[in-house]
Amino acid sequence: MNGWLLAIAQTLFMAALAPLLAGWIKWLKCRLQSRSGPPLWQPYRDLMRLFGKQVLLAESASPIFRLAPYVVFSVTALAGSVIPMLAVGLPTSALADAIVLVGFFALGRFFLALAGMDVGTAFGGMGSSREMTIASLAEPAMLLGVFTLAMTVRSTNLSTMVSFLLVSEFQIYPSFVFAAMGLVLVAVAETGRIPVDNPATHLELTMIHEAMILEYTGRHLALMEWAAMLKLLIYMVLLTNLFCPWGLAQDLRLAPLALGLVSVMAKLLVLGIALALAETGLAKMRLFRVPQYLGLAFILCLLGMLSHVVLEMN
Amino acid sequence: MAGLHLPLIEQLVLCLAALVLFTSFLLLAQGRIVSLIHTFAWQGGLLCAATCLMAINSGRYHLLISALLTLALKVFFIPWQLRRLVLRLDIRREVETIGNPSLIMLAGGALVLFSYYVVLPIRELSLLAARNTIAVSLAVILIGMLMIISRRKAVAQVIGFMSMENGLFFAAVVATYGMPMVVELGVAFDVLVAAILFGIFFFQLRAGIGSLDVDHLNRLHEKDQ
Repeated sequence: MNGWLLAIAQTLFMAALAPLLAGWIKWLKCRLQSRSGPPLWQPYRDLMRLFGKQVLLAESASPIFRLAPYVVFSVTALAGSVIPMLAVGLPTSALADAIVLVGFFALGRFFLALAGMDVGTAFGGMGSSREMTIASLAEPAMLLGVFTLAMTVRSTNLSTMVSFLLVSEFQIYPSFVFAAMGLVLVAVAETGRIPVDNPATHLELTMIHEAMILEYTGRHLALMEWAAMLKLLIYMVLLTNLFCPWGLAQDLRLAPLALGLVSVMAKLLVLGIALALAETGLAKMRLFRVPQYLGLAFILCLLGMLSHVVLEMN
Repeated sequence: MAGLHLPLIEQLVLCLAALVLFTSFLLLAQGRIVSLIHTFAWQGGLLCAATCLMAINSGRYHLLISALLTLALKVFFIPWQLRRLVLRLDIRREVETIGNPSLIMLAGGALVLFSYYVVLPIRELSLLAARNTIAVSLAVILIGMLMIISRRKAVAQVIGFMSMENGLFFAAVVATYGMPMVVELGVAFDVLVAAILFGIFFFQLRAGIGSLDVDHLNRLHEKDQ
């Protein structure tokens, strides 16, 4: 019972934290570009404002268009609930393993793409087609990376993976190095950050995620944006806790949980700095180079799997 | 549960082996000539680090001499020489289009698996902890060969050839703690001479057919038709 409460609290905490992370990255990027950035709580204000506004629907909008924001947000929140963020062994982690997690993201993306095409504007269709192109290349790479980890740990359950790494003594696994590099590239593509997509602009020719949600207003838009922030947080927590799990609570007592909270916040802080630095230093690449980029991610994950088979078996 | 439980140095050697393989894949996919040369230098550097670690781990300090030779030749001299040639030939900004890069990368992956299966019986003969890396070194050799086959520009082919030599050297280091010093010095000298000869070859090639694209050598006409 205690575990379920904690799992629900963790999911709520994730949803509450996501805008803060987005604000932190935005503020850092502004400072790096010598601008005085918006305050850290600006994303909360934006969301509040959007929730208060009237919803305008296009005449040609079907029920799918209205349904999509709720589906996208709830699927993303569900995905967040299976991630071991503060502690391993929560009851929700038995709900879904890494493959189902990829499936959750695919479901959310499916509805997002449908909603993009639903109204029938040119931008929505363009964004949907691009999103699906990128997803179809990113998903195999991500699954391959997850399988690489799963081969070492012998489980696809995220909680089991993390606790295996926590319990066993420290080792350098070559396959983990490659899987980490590959999954970072995939995460950048999936969360629509530079160099694949620019979250800060509405430049028609290059946008992907923004193009799909261009027709949304009011609380629908707020949910869509919140879901995107949550997705970024989920990927960052997933990456840090899979490859650097130290500090996570292994039981549900108060002191380890507090330590887990502090460590995950510190890791997110550092990862946010890394992301802001990368986004400031890199330019967005041409859309036609994205397949090459994701091909590199795929090769990295494939090499991870090969180096597990070749190097780590005795 | 899986896991190797090796000492830290051997884990590092395995990691470096994996990175050497990764640089091989980068060489395979890299179209820019200057980046190609830099990646080749990085591969040499990783080899040098792996050799040093093997030397310290096994207490066979003659390996340090090989490491030093690798550092001098493959990290500094040959890349510097190639870079100078590229500058003199004025092909610094050229980008080679690689036909169907993802297919070639997958072929590289298949070569890794192939060399793993080929090496399985050889592995049993060696008692070193790093014997798993023999497959990696064979894969580096085969990928170097794949690079020579798949590229058309002479400079890229030369780098593929040199990376094959890297693979041979790595195989010798991880399987038997290096070759006898005489052989090693001979090979190092050969590579050095090859690097210089290739330079002359580039200029001859360019004077002869007006390009470094060796596909032009396929046609045996007196003059262009």
